[in-house]
Amino acid sequence: MSPRSRLHVPSPPARPGQEPDFSYVQISPAGAVNRPDVTAAARDIESLSLELVRVLGDDHRAIGAWNPHLEPAELQVGLRHMLLTRLFDDRMQRIQRQGRISFYIKSTGEEAVAVAQGMALQPGDMLFPSYRQQGLHIVRGHNLVDLMCQCLSNTRDMCKGRQLPIMYHWAEGNIFSISGNLATQFPQAVGWAMAAAIKGEDRIAASWIGEGSSAEADFHYAMTFAAVYQAPVILNLVNNQWAISTFQGFAGGEHRTFAQRGPGYGIPGIRVDGNDFLAVYAVTQWAAQRARQSGGPTLIEHVTYRAAAHSTSDDPARYRPKDEWRAWPLGDPVTRLKDHLIALGEWSEERHQELQQQLDAYVTACWKEAESYGTLTSGPSLDPLTMFEDVFKDMPPNLAREREELAALRTAAAADGRPAAPSVAQKG
Amino acid sequence: MARMNMVQALNSAMDVMLGRDPRVVILGEDVGYFGGVFRVTDGLQRKYGESRVLDTPIAEGGIIAAAIGMGANGLKPVAEIQFADYIYPGFDQVVSELARLRYRSAGAFRAPVTIRAPSGGGIRGGQTHSQSPEAIFAHVCGIKVVMPSNPYDAKGLLISSIEGEDPVVFFEPKRIYNGPFDGDPHKPAVPWSAHPRGEVPEGYYTVPIGRAEVVRTGSEVTVLTYGTMVHVAEAAVRGLGVDAEIVDVRSMSPLDVDTLCGSVCKTGRCVVVHEATRFSGYGAELVATVQEECFWNLEAPIKRVAGWDTPYPHAFEWDYFPGQARVAAALREVLETA
Repeated sequence: MSPRSRLHVPSPPARPGQEPDFSYVQISPAGAVNRPDVTAAARDIESLSLELVRVLGDDHRAIGAWNPHLEPAELQVGLRHMLLTRLFDDRMQRIQRQGRISFYIKSTGEEAVAVAQGMALQPGDMLFPSYRQQGLHIVRGHNLVDLMCQCLSNTRDMCKGRQLPIMYHWAEGNIFSISGNLATQFPQAVGWAMAAAIKGEDRIAASWIGEGSSAEADFHYAMTFAAVYQAPVILNLVNNQWAISTFQGFAGGEHRTFAQRGPGYGIPGIRVDGNDFLAVYAVTQWAAQRARQSGGPTLIEHVTYRAAAHSTSDDPARYRPKDEWRAWPLGDPVTRLKDHLIALGEWSEERHQELQQQLDAYVTACWKEAESYGTLTSGPSLDPLTMFEDVFKDMPPNLAREREELAALRTAAAADGRPAAPSVAQKG
Repeated sequence: MARMNMVQALNSAMDVMLGRDPRVVILGEDVGYFGGVFRVTDGLQRKYGESRVLDTPIAEGGIIAAAIGMGANGLKPVAEIQFADYIYPGFDQVVSELARLRYRSAGAFRAPVTIRAPSGGGIRGGQTHSQSPEAIFAHVCGIKVVMPSNPYDAKGLLISSIEGEDPVVFFEPKRIYNGPFDGDPHKPAVPWSAHPRGEVPEGYYTVPIGRAEVVRTGSEVTVLTYGTMVHVAEAAVRGLGVDAEIVDVRSMSPLDVDTLCGSVCKTGRCVVVHEATRFSGYGAELVATVQEECFWNLEAPIKRVAGWDTPYPHAFEWDYFPGQARVAAALREVLETA
């Protein structure tokens, strides 16, 4: 037989109806991975990109060199933020199903990434999230009502009705605007960090990308520029196994870990248990300290699992086993931190229940307030004429003319008693 | 006043702004130590240091993305794309990010980035070093698009671009970097020193974005054009001996409708000239605007003279370039219509 080439099309280990199989996930025992000095040369610590940094053991104890030794009070704050993130997500999902917002994206199962990282960074550090790090807003104290108003595109919407739900920003909290296009924020974060270095500041930048969109050229730009200029930036790749329906093999994950891309650029790559709050906190602290000391960038691969659908427009039952999350070997980040606190004698199931009820009531109260500023179908609404603002700093003549044209149309419609067009179209 | 060619004028604009505003940084391929392949950033790194005039990797998407991040962190980046033809890897960063950051964040975040890009043909550059993509960018809401036709405007417009708070894509017609070109490649090159607009103040001044300029007054017909073609149109008008008014559009977005249409309403006839391909080109916008504003004043159909709708061919450059003969033919046709 003559040799011939054959196209390799990656296939996930399990599809609907099949047994989940995560045997491909290489897992190091908790405490097993060495913690190098933050000044270590990238080439001397390449093994970090193959191993899996874990602190929380199966016995719920924290062990090993990466243990960040956080006070119980800090751990409780972390648990609270993760729980609030989850409850907020659950509520917004239900609200979307009721047709009261057009769209939503949950972060269920990967809350530790945003929450632990948000806590490990300084308030002045600039964050460039993708659309699944709402935990960053929660850690930094962004009012839940503001986030809800954005999702409602109502009169208090920070985006003035211009963005899909969850595309938040918070300038005062140093959280960048979410684009909605994937990966574009990754090299922007590097540019931000380069500017910080040019100005001689000690602030650093951090950005998040999914394993799926790490296939975009922007990932390569970010890694190249970060390495070339030794930019003070933490580049986080959240490997949650699924990019809508394509498993991580379609982004190149079958052949190398995503963290291994770091050493390819001369950047330390750390592979971390993304569902281990303590491990995520510890590697972030390491990378932040390194960046602040002119040690340059770090790539962190967070190994986690997207427990929820990609978005409210997605149905994962069509492409992966229904109960796959139950089989995920790294568990649930909320449960794991809760169990750790209980093992320390600093928490209990009762307190957890109590906190959950308290946070749920808080989410309810926030939603009531948010709705009072208007919804898709009722209450006060944004003035559509504001759509012509902020295209430029000052409105150019063509936009001013179009604004007048729409104003006249609306006035005429009102005079005829016709309803004005709804300001937000409902999505399926 | 000094005599400058367009390269020197652009260099002077950046020199002035680097000196006036510590937030200004220059970045791009070969712009630092070497001073740029067209020498536009010559000497600036020596003067201002390598962290303010930055050589970059060959990655236009990375250059524009990094500039956006720098802009969001309070700097005023001026990014050079070595040839406008190379800008497409950065197109997503321009269209989806740079152009919309202010809008999508309701003004909370801004990236006042200026992107300089040498454009246009007539330099034996073939299809990857000759394009005029201004229409592609003028179509994008949220960025300003300009193209100067002489050293004085080049410096003044670049200073306005860097000083402004909005992103600007700044096209530099590279065929006229060193002298005005009338479209005849067989004639000896003419330097800017002989041209009134080669006289350029050494210090700070601005030319506002969004204003066209009448570069030749006339009564019989209006030529709407920009960049290199301003000089080709002037030569064609001289050769024909007609009393044409020539308007240098200068700013594709925002467009100075009043100046353009004021002229066409006065003359009643209009020829639109650009080097870029014709189909869905910027001329279509000009023609539509003139039609909307001047229909009852028009005495003849509007004609377009543009590059053929093919890629820019290396060996047939002067058959491709819309030279004086084609501009003159269009003028004659428009003037002969009763």
